[in-house]
Amino acid sequence: MTARNRELLGLIPASLLVTAGFAGVFIQRSNALSNVSLTYGAIFLGLCLAGHLVIRATLPYADPYMFPLAALLASFGIVMIYRIDTTLARQQAQWFVLGLILFSATIVGFRDYRKLERYRYTIAVVSLVLLVLPRFPGIGYQANGAYLGIHIPGVFVFQPTEFAKIGFVIFLASYLRDTRQVLVQGARRILGVTIPPIKHFGPVIVIWGLAMGILILLHDVGSSLMFYGALLSTLYVATSRFSFVVVGLIAFGVGAWYIGSHVPHINARVQEWLHPLSPALYHGTQGGTSSYQQANALFAQAAGGMFGQGFGEATLTIPGTKDYLIPAPSTDMIYAVITDELGLFGAAAVLITYLMLIARGFKTAVLARDSFSTLLATGLSSVLALQVFVIVGGVTRVIPLTGVTLPFISYGGSSIIANLVLLALLLLVSDRARRPA
Amino acid sequence: MNVPISRVFGLFIVLFALLIAWTSRWTVFDAKALRDNPLNARTIIDQEKIDRGQILAADGTVLAKSVNGPDHTFGRTYPTGSLFSQSIGYAYIKTGQAAGLELSDGDYLRGVNTGISAIIGQLGGGTQVGDNVYTTLDPKAQRLALQLLAGRPGSVVALDPRTGAIKAMVSLPSYNDNHLKGCFPPSCSQLNAATQAHDVAGSTFKLVTTVAALDSGKFTPSSVVDGKSPILVSGVPLQNDGNQSWGPQNLTTALTYSINTIFAQVAQQVGRPTMTQYMKRFGFYAKPPIDLPPDELFASRPYSLTSGKPYPPASPNEDIGRIGIGQGGLLVTPMQMAMVAAAVANGGKLMAPHLTDRVVNPDGQTVLQIKPTVFSQVMSPTTAQVVAQMMRKVVEEGTGQPANLGGISVAGKTGTASIGANGSNITEPWFVGFAPAQSPQIVVAVTIDRTQGQFGGTVAAPIAAAIMKLLLSEHG
Repeated sequence: MTARNRELLGLIPASLLVTAGFAGVFIQRSNALSNVSLTYGAIFLGLCLAGHLVIRATLPYADPYMFPLAALLASFGIVMIYRIDTTLARQQAQWFVLGLILFSATIVGFRDYRKLERYRYTIAVVSLVLLVLPRFPGIGYQANGAYLGIHIPGVFVFQPTEFAKIGFVIFLASYLRDTRQVLVQGARRILGVTIPPIKHFGPVIVIWGLAMGILILLHDVGSSLMFYGALLSTLYVATSRFSFVVVGLIAFGVGAWYIGSHVPHINARVQEWLHPLSPALYHGTQGGTSSYQQANALFAQAAGGMFGQGFGEATLTIPGTKDYLIPAPSTDMIYAVITDELGLFGAAAVLITYLMLIARGFKTAVLARDSFSTLLATGLSSVLALQVFVIVGGVTRVIPLTGVTLPFISYGGSSIIANLVLLALLLLVSDRARRPA
Repeated sequence: MNVPISRVFGLFIVLFALLIAWTSRWTVFDAKALRDNPLNARTIIDQEKIDRGQILAADGTVLAKSVNGPDHTFGRTYPTGSLFSQSIGYAYIKTGQAAGLELSDGDYLRGVNTGISAIIGQLGGGTQVGDNVYTTLDPKAQRLALQLLAGRPGSVVALDPRTGAIKAMVSLPSYNDNHLKGCFPPSCSQLNAATQAHDVAGSTFKLVTTVAALDSGKFTPSSVVDGKSPILVSGVPLQNDGNQSWGPQNLTTALTYSINTIFAQVAQQVGRPTMTQYMKRFGFYAKPPIDLPPDELFASRPYSLTSGKPYPPASPNEDIGRIGIGQGGLLVTPMQMAMVAAAVANGGKLMAPHLTDRVVNPDGQTVLQIKPTVFSQVMSPTTAQVVAQMMRKVVEEGTGQPANLGGISVAGKTGTASIGANGSNITEPWFVGFAPAQSPQIVVAVTIDRTQGQFGGTVAAPIAAAIMKLLLSEHG
């Protein structure tokens, strides 16, 4: 069986999930299985099929599992969003159309993705600008104390970090391909620690410093962790120097401790993380901040238990109002809703699906024949994995909660489009890596 | 570069395992604590989504029922308003307020014991439907008691001594359980005086002294004691009503005319240990074994008049002579005094009073029938019979004559406790009794708070008699 036919068969779980999911929501709402739900499902599956056809036409050798795994997550996401808010689900489907257009454009436009290397500094600067944009008055806006989005009234809301992460990874991969040899060979070893020459390592430090600085400025711990983790994993793969990782982690630990205790917004998040069930923090009496969201994320998971309350059964709103019990159930908090309805088992299944997708990403990195491709695949897979870790870790209180989306599942145009572009790049690398010589 | 890639992927596997571990922490290991956390609004919302069962009177009158609220939630309404509020209580889930049977029978009302159709309904994602609770309460008796109290603060308790089933339990001031706001004493109170009042028992307590004296074998009904007045009790003069000196009288006569000085001497001679032993058998020193929330029950017992604290049982500091006539710091509930009469009425065997009769699931099946339970064997059947005869005499010839019902023989004991400052003439009139005297079916305890010099025989006894008559006619 060819890779593409395998991919097509791989879409069967996604299609079953969409059909069963929409049927489930409708039965729960005591409606007949109406045409509308079938249309929804059909349109969504049509989009998946279209994506598959684009890959079939352009990337015959690409990994056959990545797209179906992403489609499975996205199908799950749209069913979940539909269950939370039908209007959002329709918008999400529209974002998918746009996302698939950009997905195809990326594949067609960057058939030879290695030409991206030429623009690495442009890409780095654009990424930086994207990151700073939300701090500009008039267009930037603050959500939950973090400057995460750009809002042009009546036109769109857009989260630039979602795109900046891709640019950041492209820059890293390209830069480290050039300098990985010198970083190691030109290095001196002091007390068993490799100290790379400043001349070559400098730009990495600068980019890191700028990114960190801006993120502190933007008050977004989650993205900071995501970017920094991607930097460390790519650097480690590029140099095989574990000491870089150790030094990097120590530097991050010291920085995080300092920021955590000195930046009020982040300190508040740390307090909420440590004591989410403290009544004072819960009711937000301390400095206008509140652990309400964190606590309710935990309450939702507790309500779910081992097997969940059942699809469509979770309590989302406060009765008699339209107020959500957990703020942002369709975006940042969707993992809590998933756990509430499908329990530990459902949540674990979602995480394992992510892990399988990430595994295909790293597999691509292993198969790639040039260092740029390897580093790009590593960086993209890492940033995807880290994004999942940051938001799920936040919802489950492994780390302080910050608002990023759950890739492919959460509602959000920026998130869907950016992650489809990320997927397109991974498929491009994969196609080249698996092409018969 | 392959080895570092595998390691990086390995690290992500570890990180994701951490996520699953933490998810299981909240979903499984810490789940109960999180669900029970008072900050967790879900617990309340889930409760609001339960169609709580009805609470009904013995004749099927609906006393509490669920009404539809927004978003598949339910509210609560009490069709009989303030008539049953003190026993039914309320359950306002949103504000976390609950009282009475609504609280103590909450598990039944939420449907812990559910029928098969309710379980199937739940599996299908339907509403959880609770069970209906039938009480022992009789709306007619309840209404009559309220009417006869005529707005005066006080309590009426009626129960079946053979089973402990409470037929009526009325206290004034009352409140309307549909409207909790703006309820302030003296016109409105959530206090269920029948089970929570700190009343002075007065002469009704002479029944306890009589039982202790006869059942312990230290006295017989014909034992003669000097009824002169005043006498010194614990160094302080004690008088009979009107400072009347009765001279030597037997116990039957002493009870008939409620002679204080005789019962004070009897109590002293019976002694603290024996008095305490019998009080405990009657249920004193403990919250009554009623199916109401413990917060709504008061343990009747002697309190120190100086410190206001309860005496330890059989404390040498208590004035046992005055306690023996229902004074000396002894504080009681009307329910406790009803239990005293009930023990005598039921051949010495005190049945635990209860309000819940049976629990019926939505399918109409009785899932729980409350069986009468013995609280204690207070006295021998012989003593009970003798004391019942003495109580019959109180109504036939003595202070309790206004309780006479002609065709029905009533037995009882009056009480008129002085509760004001010396010479203020403020009294707490009482009547406790049962009917028919030969085979008692109904026990009634009535008290009225703080009257201007009125007597138990004149104000409390007629109320008790009227309620006995009504209840006997219904069950006769």
